[in-house]
Amino acid sequence: MHAALTVFLKEVRENLRDRRTLINALLTGPLLAPALFVVLINVQLHIELDKAGKPLPVPVVGAANAPNLIAALVQMGMVVKPAPRDPEAAVREQKADVVLRIPAAYAAHWRKGEPAEVELIYDSSRRDTHEDVSRLRDMVKRYARIVGAQRLLVRGLSPALARPLVAADRDQATPQARGALIFSMLPYFFVLTAFLGGMYLAIDTTAGERERQSLEPLFANPVPRRRILLGKLAATTAFALVSLALSVVAFAIAGRFIDTSRLDMVLDLGAHFATFVLLLMLPLVLLLAALQTLVAAFAKSYREAQTYLSLLMFVPVLPSVLLIVVPVKAQLWMYAVPLLGQQLGIMQLVRGEALGAAPVAACLAGTALAALLAILATMRVYASERLAISG
Amino acid sequence: MIEVQNLHKSFGAVKAVEDVSFSARDGEITGLLGPNGAGKTTTLRMLYTLMRPERGRVLVDGRDAALDPLGVRRALGVLPDARGLYKRLTARENIEYFGRLHGLDETTLRRRCDALIAALDMAAIADRRTEGFSQGERVKTAIARALVHDPGNLILDEPTNGLDVMATRAMREFLFGLRAEGRCVLFSSHIMQEVVALCDRVVVIAHGRVVADAAPQTLREQTGAASLEDAFVQIIRRSETRAA
Repeated sequence: MHAALTVFLKEVRENLRDRRTLINALLTGPLLAPALFVVLINVQLHIELDKAGKPLPVPVVGAANAPNLIAALVQMGMVVKPAPRDPEAAVREQKADVVLRIPAAYAAHWRKGEPAEVELIYDSSRRDTHEDVSRLRDMVKRYARIVGAQRLLVRGLSPALARPLVAADRDQATPQARGALIFSMLPYFFVLTAFLGGMYLAIDTTAGERERQSLEPLFANPVPRRRILLGKLAATTAFALVSLALSVVAFAIAGRFIDTSRLDMVLDLGAHFATFVLLLMLPLVLLLAALQTLVAAFAKSYREAQTYLSLLMFVPVLPSVLLIVVPVKAQLWMYAVPLLGQQLGIMQLVRGEALGAAPVAACLAGTALAALLAILATMRVYASERLAISG
Repeated sequence: MIEVQNLHKSFGAVKAVEDVSFSARDGEITGLLGPNGAGKTTTLRMLYTLMRPERGRVLVDGRDAALDPLGVRRALGVLPDARGLYKRLTARENIEYFGRLHGLDETTLRRRCDALIAALDMAAIADRRTEGFSQGERVKTAIARALVHDPGNLILDEPTNGLDVMATRAMREFLFGLRAEGRCVLFSSHIMQEVVALCDRVVVIAHGRVVADAAPQTLREQTGAASLEDAFVQIIRRSETRAA
């Protein structure tokens, strides 16, 4: 039997007997992320979609100064609440989201035909109130527009005179693409799952074996170290792949629990999606396994390796965050960049777009090349005399 | 047959091994004796090609370790200082793993495993996971693992370390058995009685150098000491004054 295969089988068998590895690779990683995802998305959908049609309660100061305005706003969905004694303090202390104040001078200005002022008191640093503030502002503006148009009509002028320019929105986003914004973290979840799936094996097969001092007798066997390494890498990759596959299946099932009718999109996390995700991720899983082993080879103990790898875990989140913060137009070369290529590719799949042959090839080739380099670097470290000496 | 010629090895400024030469013959038990930190483990590690010597040569059955490390490892059975068993595997699985890495076919592997398990009297523990094994059980398992490919040469780093009297005695009997089979047994120790009881030849190492190389009886006669322990102390002292 080939030596690498012997090492592979032994590592798999040994780690299948380790409860901590099993739970992390096959349970927590692949199942927690989809569950979390479903909850997050459903919560987000409720927040965004529920608000639009709901009545908007607003404390009003000096409602008696503008009965017509208040009547119009109430018709548009506002509910008048009793005013707090000190509106500014109430907003600062977060007792009120937004307060509408109508000054005593309002009626006088109105009658003279001068701009009458109403005040919106709010705290722009509180993100959760943005929605309410902009709804109230829109209501006030709408009322102002209607009254303005009436005044022009009364004077025999067309209201169109006061609107020389109109900006019309023509949103070209497909329903999928709109939903995709919410799903931009999906690729990261997959990368994270693969990372966690292989992490414990990478540590156990290198730093762990070194700590337990079994590397020395192992290297006394008549097998080149690179073959031993290949067996260990294969075991790490296998665990990561199983973890990833479970995760993809879990997402396909989780997709059914997301209320897509509210999203106004078709969510397809089915077989086609799963196949392409696994394909794009395949070389990346190998790259991650090699990098994890490389890092673990520098650590003297299990715990030290764990610390290093927890830091390394933050690297894959970068492309996801980058693409959210700085949206870029995908160029072909970007697909060849490991992590970035997978991010772009998987996002395209989520958006329901067909993935071209060139991006897929670039993604696979680029990441595979990086994986090869990482494996060669790890082999160099494995060949060093220092590696086998523990203590 | 293990031949060591002028080995040198240093770690930074520390010279761990300086010009060490000796040979261990087939059908003999050779003891590498020396105080802690004398360079015994480093010398042995160069023998089983875990470390590369800066200068000097290692020959195992005539094979040069620098040119044919895999051939040398095939001819050697090794029990390192750290036994390094896999805790989640049973004793038998530990032995089988190394047997497969040596390329044994499954029939030979099973035969060798059964023979070693019987010879080392470990039938009761063979199918238990090594987690929680006693020191003696661990050494037995590691020795069986080192012998699974039936090597002509055996290198043991402190084989009786941590063993109780009964286990030590059993180990001695086992090593005599290996000698009787015509194997070359090289072991290191810092325990005098051990060496007296076991060795046909003693190589004394101190400060990375060989300071004596003879049969225990000859060593006593050379130094005029009453016991080997006195001889050992004299030799080490003499080498210290020379080094200073």
